[in-house]
Amino acid sequence: MALETSVIEEKLTGKFGSHVGGFIQIKDILSFEIAESVSNDIIRFLKEDSVLRFNFLTDVCGVHYPDNEKERQFAVVYHMHNWMDNVRIRIKCFLDGDNPEIDTATNLFLGANWQERETYDFYGIIFKGHPQLKRILNMDEMVSFPMRKEFPMEDGGRTDKDDRFFGRVTDNATVNKE
Amino acid sequence: MSNSSDIKLVDTPDGYEGQGFFATKLDTVVGLARANSLWPLPFATSCCGIEFMATMASHYDVARFGSERMSFSPRQADMLLVMGTIAKKMAPILRQVYEQMSEPRWVIAVGACASSGGIFDTYSVLQGIDKVIPVDVYVPGCPPRPEQILDGVMKLQDIVKSESVRRRSSPEYQELLASYNIS
Repeated sequence: MALETSVIEEKLTGKFGSHVGGFIQIKDILSFEIAESVSNDIIRFLKEDSVLRFNFLTDVCGVHYPDNEKERQFAVVYHMHNWMDNVRIRIKCFLDGDNPEIDTATNLFLGANWQERETYDFYGIIFKGHPQLKRILNMDEMVSFPMRKEFPMEDGGRTDKDDRFFGRVTDNATVNKE
Repeated sequence: MSNSSDIKLVDTPDGYEGQGFFATKLDTVVGLARANSLWPLPFATSCCGIEFMATMASHYDVARFGSERMSFSPRQADMLLVMGTIAKKMAPILRQVYEQMSEPRWVIAVGACASSGGIFDTYSVLQGIDKVIPVDVYVPGCPPRPEQILDGVMKLQDIVKSESVRRRSSPEYQELLASYNIS
């Protein structure tokens, strides 16, 4: 028998109450928000519960929402997959803009190691308890977290690039007003 | 042995010729020898490397220019061909390869990415390999056709032919390397 989304919603709200919410069906994936304080417990519950059985962590990634209020400027998105019933879910956990910290999921899924390092690398989100939280794709000397909106997309050392040909105006460029 | 008469020889340099002797400058002789046996070190990271594969294969045949031996050791190479996008994380490796080459050494930046970063106007890509190593010839194109790469090799041959044997110990050259922090 397939796992119904209403069952997932009931089980989660039954156990975690107001820490989960915002359930919404986007295409064929149930999405919802969880509180940072219980994120690890919720992922553990989703994995270990005998009905839910979300045995696979497909992806972990970050999002930056600079226009949101302070407490919701960062999000960590988990995608989980139940292989037995072939059901997927998407979990969003919003974090503080000044101090984005969340518990690591590496205690439950070893595969989260790489993706959490990547999320740290690009967004500067700290995964508490991660065994080796350092940059993975960018060079070690990099000081910025490039996917945050406050950092420029372009390389500072560019000397012969004309923004008009790249369809953009850089933050530090002076726009000629006619 | 081939009796064919279409064997190509390089042109004789300027000099004095007489019965049983030919006199010219040492610079020209050394330049001639160097220019016609440039051993390439391909440093291919993306699509320009595919074009270079065509360049070195039988159809375009870079061997016609004395470059039949691809050297995959920097220590036995004269001409570093950098082909493709160089990510900033790759830059120290490229630099190390250049440092391992022995003098005299020349560099060709093949394609838009190696020359200037190309379309990758972004934080993770080196905006031209001349930010980390000195470059002798830039080949434009995205990617350049094999003819263009061969043209770049021929341009380099001209440079090599006319290079003084003392250039590598000149203060200007030392200064150039020092500006890249290469000793």
